[in-house]
Amino acid sequence: MAQSSKPAAVPAPASDVVSFIINGEPRELSLDPRQSLLDVLRERLDLTGTKKGCNQGACGACTILVNGKRILACLTLASMYSGARIETIEGLEKDGELHPLQRAFIEHDGLQCGFCTSGQIMSGLGCISEGHASSPQEIQYWMSGNICRCGAYPGIVAAVADAARRT
Amino acid sequence: MTTGMIGNPVLRVDGRAKVTGAARYAADFNQKNQLYAVIVGATVGLGRVTAIDVASVSRMPGVVAVISHLNAPKLAYGTHKGSIDPAVGERLHVLQDNQVRFFGQPIAVVVAESLDIAERAAAELKVSYSRQQPVIDPKDPKAQQVTPDPRGRVHADRSRGNADAAVASAPVKIDERYDTARENHNPMEPHATIAAWNGNRLTLWSKSQFVVNEQAEIAAIFGIPVQQVQVVCPFIGGAFGTSLRTWPHVTLAAIAARHVGRPVKLVLSRKQMFFTTGHRPRTLQRVALGATSDGKLVSLIQEANGETSRYEQFVEAVTSATNYMVSCPNVSTRYRLSPLDTSTPTYMRGPGEATNMFALECALDELSYKLGIDPIELRRRNEPTVDEETQKPFSSRSLMHCYTEGAERFGWARRDPKPRSMRDGRLLIGYGVASATYPVFYAPANALARLLPSGIVEVEAAASDMGPGTYTSMTQVAAETLGLPMDQVRFRLGYSVYPATPPHGGSMTMASVGSAVRAACIELRRLAEGAAVAAPQSPVFKASVEQLEWKQDRVYRRENAGSGISYREIGNRAGKPIEAQGSSDHDPELPKRYSMHAFGAAFIEVAVDPDVGTIRVRRTVGVYGAGRIINPFLARSQCIGGIVGGIGMALMESTALDPRDGRIVNAHMADYVVPVNLDISNIDVSFVEENDPHVNPLGVKGLGEIAIVGIAPAIANAVYHATGKRIRTLPIRIENMLSH
Repeated sequence: MAQSSKPAAVPAPASDVVSFIINGEPRELSLDPRQSLLDVLRERLDLTGTKKGCNQGACGACTILVNGKRILACLTLASMYSGARIETIEGLEKDGELHPLQRAFIEHDGLQCGFCTSGQIMSGLGCISEGHASSPQEIQYWMSGNICRCGAYPGIVAAVADAARRT
Repeated sequence: MTTGMIGNPVLRVDGRAKVTGAARYAADFNQKNQLYAVIVGATVGLGRVTAIDVASVSRMPGVVAVISHLNAPKLAYGTHKGSIDPAVGERLHVLQDNQVRFFGQPIAVVVAESLDIAERAAAELKVSYSRQQPVIDPKDPKAQQVTPDPRGRVHADRSRGNADAAVASAPVKIDERYDTARENHNPMEPHATIAAWNGNRLTLWSKSQFVVNEQAEIAAIFGIPVQQVQVVCPFIGGAFGTSLRTWPHVTLAAIAARHVGRPVKLVLSRKQMFFTTGHRPRTLQRVALGATSDGKLVSLIQEANGETSRYEQFVEAVTSATNYMVSCPNVSTRYRLSPLDTSTPTYMRGPGEATNMFALECALDELSYKLGIDPIELRRRNEPTVDEETQKPFSSRSLMHCYTEGAERFGWARRDPKPRSMRDGRLLIGYGVASATYPVFYAPANALARLLPSGIVEVEAAASDMGPGTYTSMTQVAAETLGLPMDQVRFRLGYSVYPATPPHGGSMTMASVGSAVRAACIELRRLAEGAAVAAPQSPVFKASVEQLEWKQDRVYRRENAGSGISYREIGNRAGKPIEAQGSSDHDPELPKRYSMHAFGAAFIEVAVDPDVGTIRVRRTVGVYGAGRIINPFLARSQCIGGIVGGIGMALMESTALDPRDGRIVNAHMADYVVPVNLDISNIDVSFVEENDPHVNPLGVKGLGEIAIVGIAPAIANAVYHATGKRIRTLPIRIENMLSH
């Protein structure tokens, strides 16, 4: 079993210098190019509002907006998005005022444990801006990439519909 | 004295934290100088580790340590049995020997400077095994069947009358077998622990539904005093039972942190969560019913077999409800276990009752068709007036009230009783019902209430909030008891330094912790009165307790109202916090006098596509008699969540094991299918008025479990009504609809 003659299995990771605009703030950092945008947000920038639910693109908990479009941060290599405008849950509240969709999630109880909520809200923003929020059925379809294991779906649909009406 | 806080549909007090990303879950507590640990799991289902090629992985840049049984410390593993641990058997002792007891068992942990490096190194670690053939299927002829040990707090066998003889001679009978799948909780938040040692003191930021148990267990494992361990968990990203016990990864994080002398963050991958964090056990059941031709039950037999591991006997209440749900003179229940080469199952939402009631309520539905009696009417004819097993009265039982209310809301009268008779276009429509039940549990809990000089009251308990709204409902209880507005109360939970509470499970948090919070606030009010009458400038100076009267947050002299004095003024004059302890006091005689359960009725409409076999739940009506409802807004959400879980149990969820080695083949969020948004429509939840003075001081019965119970059988019964196909296995899938 010993393979002492074998050289180190992996060379030292290369690093890329990457810049983003995260929630309006320019950030520059040097990255291991294998790192996902999710791990960079959470482990490098301590922006832990974005959650890791499955790390396989199957649950939607890590949904963020990149250049205005919703993406799964766990399946996105950070170094591919140098120069991108990134929005996370931490950037929605402005001067102590919640975004209308955040308020709607509270008012319609579109959450229980809260773990999927950041992803639901970012996905909901995408859903609305894409024009996919004209009916509850359409919202259900376009929000089905975001699993809520607590089963807060009726509240989530009501919240997205409510915010879509207001915006 | 009431401010009407209890019973108010108020919004979540922690809503803002949750919609802004400010709520911090275990893996969000990044520590300075933190390293990352990744577990390596066994890739054989049974055997021994014969070699681990540590050297090649240790050389990888950024790898700090590879810890296995070869170099792990021998831990004390002192005796510790929490109330949520199986009473029989012994937990897995991690990295203490080379034995592999199940596929995925942790056999090493890699620690590195970054998560990516640790993951890469864990994937590269080469491990050799000697392997044996595991037994992982309770239907495998090699699987043993054992009688649950009496120490496990369940009855293996219970009976009244002579059920076998009564079934044999009954004019109408049903005798069928039911098979429910193994399920995994799959909360959205993966299990996570960040461990940091400071000398011989350990802090764990760790996902737990029972922080004081995690504290005690880790102390026992490491052989250190309990006070040297602290567990912090202010938010839980869903759990449904999977974070009641302290699983091996918590110990591994603490081992790793001590080994490297730095804080270590260890998060399970979604895949790893399927192997070592418990599951709802698969059950194989038989239900036999005997009845008279006018629908009176004369005999009821239920036999259940549940899976467990080889090293612990996990038992659950899989035959309990059978003994009190219906009136029947001859009842026999039997419970056996199949120890398998897998990890130990654990409690999952509605443990026992959810699978028990699937078999029982499907069998009753089958009987209703055989008798030609409406299924609700059949239940009415067999509704007991007392718990016939114990002959104790029910503290309250609103089952028939729930059926009446539900039938009205659902439009049950529109049902054509003939199977395959109702259609919507080309879709087959089916209506189904089933009963729901769950016991009222209550356990000793403690809380502390503290009046600050600012007039704010802080209330603390080592409780949890995995989503039902503990933060909010406890704030309501405290505000109501004190007469304060909710925004002057801060409820805190999830720290092991706070007063101890029972596990956040078994639907007992509201009853147990709520009663303790109430008691602490009553005591704080008493202390505040004492401070008020002792202060010379106080308007109630030297008043006797009998002379005092509270109106909201002010206390007055009864006969001479005057200006009174508020909590804020009392706190301010005290100049330092006034603290009061409270415990949920419970009359131990109560369970001896009453049979205490919540009841409910679930109504389901399904649409089945006759050509492709897709099943859709179109409408659900759930009506519950669950005592006093503290917050109807959040209670409704909680029940919707249970119903969604029940839809998953009925139509989707099944953990599949490879018979060759016990590997879980669908350990993935895309392959272990759960309901998504588009699967859910039209859920109507309501509560019948139920004033139960017996259960506990707050009169609450708990809601978390009961909402999932009854959904799967109601769906199976609706599927039968729609199609004429009686499916007795869960989940019910397209292939069941297409086969003959």
